Amino acid sequence: MAMETVIGLEIHVELNTKTKIFCGCSTEFGAKANTNTCPICTGLPGTLPVLNREAVNLAIIAGKALNCQINTLNKFDRKNYFYPDSPKAYQISQFDLPICEHGYVDINVAGANKRINILRIHMEEDAGKLIHVEGKPVTLIDYNRTGVPLIEIVTEPDMRTPKEAIDFLVALKAILEYSEVSDCKMEQGSLRCDANISMRPFGQEALNTKVEIKNLNSFKEILKALEKEEVRQKELYDFKEAYKIKQETRKWDSAKGRTVPMRSKEDAHDYRYFPEPDLPPVVIKESTLDAIEKKIPEMPEEKKKRFERQYKLNEKEIDVLISKKMIAQYFEEVVSHEVSPKEASNWIVGEVMRILKESDRIEIPGKYLANLIRMIDMGKISRSAAKDVFDTLWLTDKTPEEIVEEKQLIQMSGADELEKVIFEVIEQNPDAVEAYKNGKEQSKGFLMGQIMKATNGQANPKFAMEILLKKLSQMERGERD
Amino acid sequence: MNIEKATIEEIREGYKTKKFTVKEIVKAYFERIYKYDDTINAFITLCEETALVEAQRVDEKIRNNEKMSPLEGIPVAVKDLICTKGIKTTCASKMLENFIPPYDATVMTKLKESGAIMIGKTNMDEFAMGSSTENSAFKITRNPWNLKKVPGGSSGGSAAAVSAGFAPLAIGSDTGGSIRQPAAFCGNVGLKPTYGLVSRYGLIAFASSLDQIGTFTKTVKDAALGLQTIQGHDPMDATSAQHHGTKNYAIHLEDGIKGMKFGIPKEFYQEGLNEEIKTAIMASVERITKMGGEVEEFSLPITDAGLSAYYIISSAEASANLARYDGIRYGYRTENFTDIDTLMLNSRTEGFGSEVKRRIMMGTYVLSSGYYDAYYKKAMLFRKKVKSIFNDAFEKYDAIISPVSPVLPFDIGEKTDNPIQMYLSDIYTINVNVAGLPAISIPCGFSEEGLPIGIQLIGNLYEEEKLLKSAHALEQDLGLCNTIPTLKEVL
Repeated sequence: MAMETVIGLEIHVELNTKTKIFCGCSTEFGAKANTNTCPICTGLPGTLPVLNREAVNLAIIAGKALNCQINTLNKFDRKNYFYPDSPKAYQISQFDLPICEHGYVDINVAGANKRINILRIHMEEDAGKLIHVEGKPVTLIDYNRTGVPLIEIVTEPDMRTPKEAIDFLVALKAILEYSEVSDCKMEQGSLRCDANISMRPFGQEALNTKVEIKNLNSFKEILKALEKEEVRQKELYDFKEAYKIKQETRKWDSAKGRTVPMRSKEDAHDYRYFPEPDLPPVVIKESTLDAIEKKIPEMPEEKKKRFERQYKLNEKEIDVLISKKMIAQYFEEVVSHEVSPKEASNWIVGEVMRILKESDRIEIPGKYLANLIRMIDMGKISRSAAKDVFDTLWLTDKTPEEIVEEKQLIQMSGADELEKVIFEVIEQNPDAVEAYKNGKEQSKGFLMGQIMKATNGQANPKFAMEILLKKLSQMERGERD
Repeated sequence: MNIEKATIEEIREGYKTKKFTVKEIVKAYFERIYKYDDTINAFITLCEETALVEAQRVDEKIRNNEKMSPLEGIPVAVKDLICTKGIKTTCASKMLENFIPPYDATVMTKLKESGAIMIGKTNMDEFAMGSSTENSAFKITRNPWNLKKVPGGSSGGSAAAVSAGFAPLAIGSDTGGSIRQPAAFCGNVGLKPTYGLVSRYGLIAFASSLDQIGTFTKTVKDAALGLQTIQGHDPMDATSAQHHGTKNYAIHLEDGIKGMKFGIPKEFYQEGLNEEIKTAIMASVERITKMGGEVEEFSLPITDAGLSAYYIISSAEASANLARYDGIRYGYRTENFTDIDTLMLNSRTEGFGSEVKRRIMMGTYVLSSGYYDAYYKKAMLFRKKVKSIFNDAFEKYDAIISPVSPVLPFDIGEKTDNPIQMYLSDIYTINVNVAGLPAISIPCGFSEEGLPIGIQLIGNLYEEEKLLKSAHALEQDLGLCNTIPTLKEVL
């Protein structure tokens, strides 16, 4: 039977606020355990939550950027469950009246536009982190993350292949980064994704039993996990064992490369949601919405179109340039210093991206890269020397001019100076000159090598070659004359 | 002076005229406490040392003729569910027996700022669940008027402390009557302000949408002074009211009740109400009429369903509020566990008393999937209805006159095995919390046996001023506030 895959995603995203959602503690990642905590976020008796309006504003931005309706009246609920990472034993979340609903993200599937619908986005507080001490029957708890504001984005089951799910996630991540809602660092847990996957015969409307997959730590893992689960379910259908597909949560075991059962539907929590009595409903004024709407920056798709129009670059390079807001911003900064967009793009797509594989910041001021590009244009330094300067720029605070000076990379392009050196080289290598005259083209290369040697590599190769050829042809003509 | 009779007003006056020092007053109270509290059991924790240091500080201020804050040098007893920085706050529970909060409740901060001196933390029903203070994990508080009787609850320790002359002011909390009923049982003034008028930050929650902090005093005037100190918007409490509360309740306190309209809900005076209480209240109604108040009977059809809605909502909220006591971070931890689940389960099983467990189970049940609509949702709808019924009543009346409790103070042990009977003793007070209204309980007479009887005045939202004015007029007319119990050292 021909089957199709149905995938829906639940994405948790940490909002980019300075302080937590219900108290004044810092949200900084990586602080010493339990230092970003207070009586409120550790749920001490008698403490009360007070909503951080900045979290609401960011949730609104996310909603707007993802084409959602904003519920100007929404509310918080308590989600009850016992687990030591949740110090109140309930999570303050939003149940039946979330802040955003009915959004979408468009992705490109086989050249055509496909719309992935977003069911809802709600706000909630993050939980703490359990640290199981290896070899000891001890578990430590770090409450620094407790109360960091999150949004949970829930999609409709609109994706039909694991690849579509990844394409959607890439687009979603770019939008959230662009709108500065979150830094979306999966490795730090500021973007986390659970996936629901089921299969059904083509043409069937109703959804079959789905499986939820958790513990997905990168887009690569998500892709692998979905593909594995797809194969597992497909085989069960093929062998008429579909009854074995149970509604359950499975954990992705990346080491073993497979999903394993975590808990079944029967073990599922009854969260006993009810309205949070400590927080009044959230009311968002139209004027607030308008003000926020005005502040929403250009989204990746718009930027792509503008780059095509304004800089006349090809799609491939634009995709690299807009893959991160930071890179697009850097590109425009370099271009603003009057270098050609094409050159700037070449340097960024090549050299900057190479170094960004190991670094998460661009350490070279845009102006420096622009100056470097101009020095090549003007023939002051060679392209290979420029690459050397670029690497040094990344590691030091020096200007490109300083580095060129220090490394004595200024090309000898003054005609008089060069001519003198070339004349000497010709004089000293009569055999090579003779060979060239006899049609041995390689001798030209040998002579160039000698010129570079004599100038410590500072000769502008283009000029040097021109002069050399001119001299040689003059000599030929001279002999004939 | 007779310290056991002293009001806040009298003590303030004495300080001003240098009749006595703060230290003398604080010492006098502690003398009484040491003499009688072994019997009364009003306190869980005493803070004599810090109180005396504070007294010295205020005395110096007086000597230097510095400006005095409203409650400067006034001893106050605080219910043991209000967080006090560095001082044990137990909720009368084994669960929090050794819990020392690292912060002060907003009410404590306000009391300190106004110069009040905390003398100790008072006994209560565990986590404020109960109507007799018998649910304390530590001790049973006795009614100063009759040591065989309960002081009411849950703020029984605070009520008994004021009646026994251990403090002129005590702080309590009222979720379904926990200030007004013990005030009635112990014969003093109990004020439950409008929900949101006093910050709940640092009040260990029982039922968040119903809990409200209030005062026990000997007089209505003192209650006004206390309210003035503890009220006000708090940015730490998102449910705290903004732009409400009168700055000085004393200004209109003596204005009298001439022309004011009082409603008597006829449903409140039917079956189940003790005859002696009914008689005492009717006598008060007569006094009110004589003073020029207009009194009218009307129908307020909410009592029975109100009790159910109250127990559903309060238990639901309690089940979540008390979930944090899991033995992980603070509070009681069992020694008997093999993994995280048994650690949490056994800590809660061993740390909580039976009434608390009963409420948690009820609350968990009414929120469970499949039952939510039948219980919690219905209760919330009824809550809306209760609010609108009261709202309609206040279109016509300035205040509603009601009993506080349907029964007189009962014997210790009499109702401990019958939770329903215990719950019914809140029948006249709970709807006030369901609607978030302010209400006050003041003494209005005594039974033949010599037990105090209270009368409740219920006001509209944020109309504490009107309520205090009416209560003050009735109190002055009845002239009961100087009647105090005679304490015996030994049973």
